[in-house]
Amino acid sequence: MSRQGVGWYRHWISFQTIFVKEILRFTRIWVQTILPSVITTTLYFVIFGRLIGDRIGTMGGLDYLDFIVPGLVLMGVITNAYSNVVSSFYSSKFSRYIEELLVSPAPNWVILAGYVAGGAARGLVVGLAVMLVAMIFTEIRIHSVAVTLLVITMTAVLFALGGFINAIYANSFDDISIVPTFVLTPLTYLGGVFYSIELLPGFWQGVSLANPVLYMVNAFRYGLQGVSDIPVGIAFGIIAIFILVLGVFSLHLLRRGVGIKT
Amino acid sequence: MPALDVQQLTKTYKGGFQALKGIDLTVEEGDFFALLGPNGAGKSTFIGILASLVNKTGGIVRVFGEDQDRTPELVKSFIGLVPQEFNFNLFLPVVEVVVNQAGYYGIPRREAKVRAERYLKQLDLWDRRDTEMRKLSGGLKRRLMIARALVHEPRLLILDEPTAGVDIEIRRSMWTFLRELNAGGTTIILTTHYLEEAESLCRNIAIINHGEIAERTSVASLLNRLNTETFVLNLKGRLSELPQLGGFVLQNLDDCTLEVEMSREHTVNGLFEALSRNGIEVISLRNKQNRLERLFLEMVDRRAGAGWSSSDPADAPDAAREVIA
Repeated sequence: MSRQGVGWYRHWISFQTIFVKEILRFTRIWVQTILPSVITTTLYFVIFGRLIGDRIGTMGGLDYLDFIVPGLVLMGVITNAYSNVVSSFYSSKFSRYIEELLVSPAPNWVILAGYVAGGAARGLVVGLAVMLVAMIFTEIRIHSVAVTLLVITMTAVLFALGGFINAIYANSFDDISIVPTFVLTPLTYLGGVFYSIELLPGFWQGVSLANPVLYMVNAFRYGLQGVSDIPVGIAFGIIAIFILVLGVFSLHLLRRGVGIKT
Repeated sequence: MPALDVQQLTKTYKGGFQALKGIDLTVEEGDFFALLGPNGAGKSTFIGILASLVNKTGGIVRVFGEDQDRTPELVKSFIGLVPQEFNFNLFLPVVEVVVNQAGYYGIPRREAKVRAERYLKQLDLWDRRDTEMRKLSGGLKRRLMIARALVHEPRLLILDEPTAGVDIEIRRSMWTFLRELNAGGTTIILTTHYLEEAESLCRNIAIINHGEIAERTSVASLLNRLNTETFVLNLKGRLSELPQLGGFVLQNLDDCTLEVEMSREHTVNGLFEALSRNGIEVISLRNKQNRLERLFLEMVDRRAGAGWSSSDPADAPDAAREVIA
């Protein structure tokens, strides 16, 4: 039991172990985890950005290709942060190796932090890859490095938490694809990735404001290009509130053992 | 200070099924303890609660004096669990499973690798360290579960049917390993379907049935309760007529096989003398039934109140028969 008594150090080792395990998992199968998003967004850039975008002209004061870059990067981040945690944690439930963690002294918040950090890391790796692809098609100038990094990281963390909650409740592999298909994709597509909400009639602009992804996309667009449909401060506030709520809820589920203990 | 002190432990599952009905149990430090019971008796629920895999409904669990509710992390660090079902990431190599487990317990990677090597070597798995889990046989997986449970060097090792489905050779080598581990000071709690295993390894025993402790005693005192012993003898020649031997109840199973029931007042020497006097030569003999198994069946039956009293497991109620399957 040498050095095991030192609480914070022990927790740090536990976190590191889960985090590295998660990184190794998605890098080991990069063809399934990283490459698909890169190929999909490349197609978006070619079709929507170049072929159709040239005919659209400008959107929100930007060339259409430049306009869609932040949204497509964030779409990759959201999808991958979510799916990494939901599939990894659900697999550990399904094959019961989550018990390796449950019997260990790693506290719930360490388990949650490890999985969320792993999911966020995949989201950020994909975001970076998509950004590199975008640089082939257009020039990327970052308006505010701090806002860009903060938004992309907070978004990755938020959706990694969402994936964790989905995995907790999932009882089958079908259950882990329902939310991405029926909730995440519509929210992302309607979150101002491809258009400015100024194009929408007043009522639908109001409806769009209820979509949290809109705030993230616009805040990220502000970080990259200095333009946004909504105030960036509000976007940060909303993302932070969502992270807090989902984080507390995840810990509550872990403490109760929902979906993982009888 | 006892290794395990459980008071009034209860568990009621959703739907109302009461798996544990107020278990009181103490296991002393350094003991090799067997927990027996038919399928569905509550053993796995009990172990699940000790290992923090099952939420208890009520009661107190103390491990080396530490209350599971007050210092859960400390209690978890005391316990090593070898579960009944395989619970691995099948795509990880063997060594990574053990090193990761050490990491979850807060052991730095460098030290974790040293320990993984030590325990994988002790359990003859070092040559397979880079093999993916899914490519291991059932026996090797069972041994790996022991290595994984030991990597944080627990003071209390709990094994839930550790030798289920492994061949005799591996089972014997695991027994030797566990004996050495216990001799080194590790307290061991074992559940098993092989009652010979409990009789051979354990000093103390508890029988759990219908969510209650039916018996808690030492293996030796339990075996002393047996009044009779039954042997099956393979004879050298054919037996034309069943001899009358005073004090022994004989039954011929076929022409060359004799079953002898004898009370504890008689000795095997006496049996052989009587057989020799009647010109009967014996090639070999065996116990008709494991002794502990017989007592176990009797106890389970008594608790069930079924009125069954045969020593033959084939006559046992279903619940009792399953445990020796």
